[in-house]
Amino acid sequence: MAERPARVERPLSPHLQIYRLTFTFLMSGFHRVTGIVLYLGFLLVVWWLLAAASGPNAYAWVQWFMSTWIGRLVLLGFSWGLIHHSLGGVRHLIWDTGSGFAPNEREWLARMTLIGSISLTLVAWIVGGFVMGGLR
Amino acid sequence: MKSTSIRTPIGKVRGLGSAKSGTEHWWEMRLTSIALLPLTLAAIVIVISLIGRNHAAVVQILGSPLVAITMLLWVYAVTLHMRLGLQSVIEDYVYGKAMKTGLLIGNTFLTIVLWLACTYAILKLSFGV
Repeated sequence: MAERPARVERPLSPHLQIYRLTFTFLMSGFHRVTGIVLYLGFLLVVWWLLAAASGPNAYAWVQWFMSTWIGRLVLLGFSWGLIHHSLGGVRHLIWDTGSGFAPNEREWLARMTLIGSISLTLVAWIVGGFVMGGLR
Repeated sequence: MKSTSIRTPIGKVRGLGSAKSGTEHWWEMRLTSIALLPLTLAAIVIVISLIGRNHAAVVQILGSPLVAITMLLWVYAVTLHMRLGLQSVIEDYVYGKAMKTGLLIGNTFLTIVLWLACTYAILKLSFGV
């Protein structure tokens, strides 16, 4: 058997732990994390639609789950994730046009995505919880 | 020895690169993103409007033409976007060939099943069968 050549120590390209943690870096990662979580959260939508199509008994189970505190927490996370990922998507679509890459623009877009998603989620929960009576 | 093939150099290498259908993936991701902006907003409004209503009212609203068509479009765009998105995640983080291929197949199958389940439910609510 031929002698294996000694392993050449090549320089590594920079990876996750090497970069300084910046806000835009965090928001970029959060976009992907929300995407993965929404993938799982969509199972709730499937359950809800199938239950509605199945009948009053099956639908009552969904309504029961959504009235528990854990159900509400899951729904809060899902709705915030959905809105945040949507706004993050707008950010990406803006970048696709070739604009919004300047340092201050990137910071502004990242900040507005977070502020926007939290405020819109609050609006949705105020309307759903109090106007429609979901939390009463 | 000189080659006797009449194929052009570009014809010989086309399709052999690593890119494969990258452009299509990228473009479909954008198409679904754009479609999902109004559709997700509509879906949120629909869900909020159903809060506190009993099953009969929910069936009537979800089964009405405009709402049903909006929901059908939403679940189609969502499941396609989910498939493309998780595909990127799997390709980025899973290294073993067998594991990667298995997860990609599972991702495709699962998103198609979820799409069909939602579509079936909405159509059933619409036609009341």
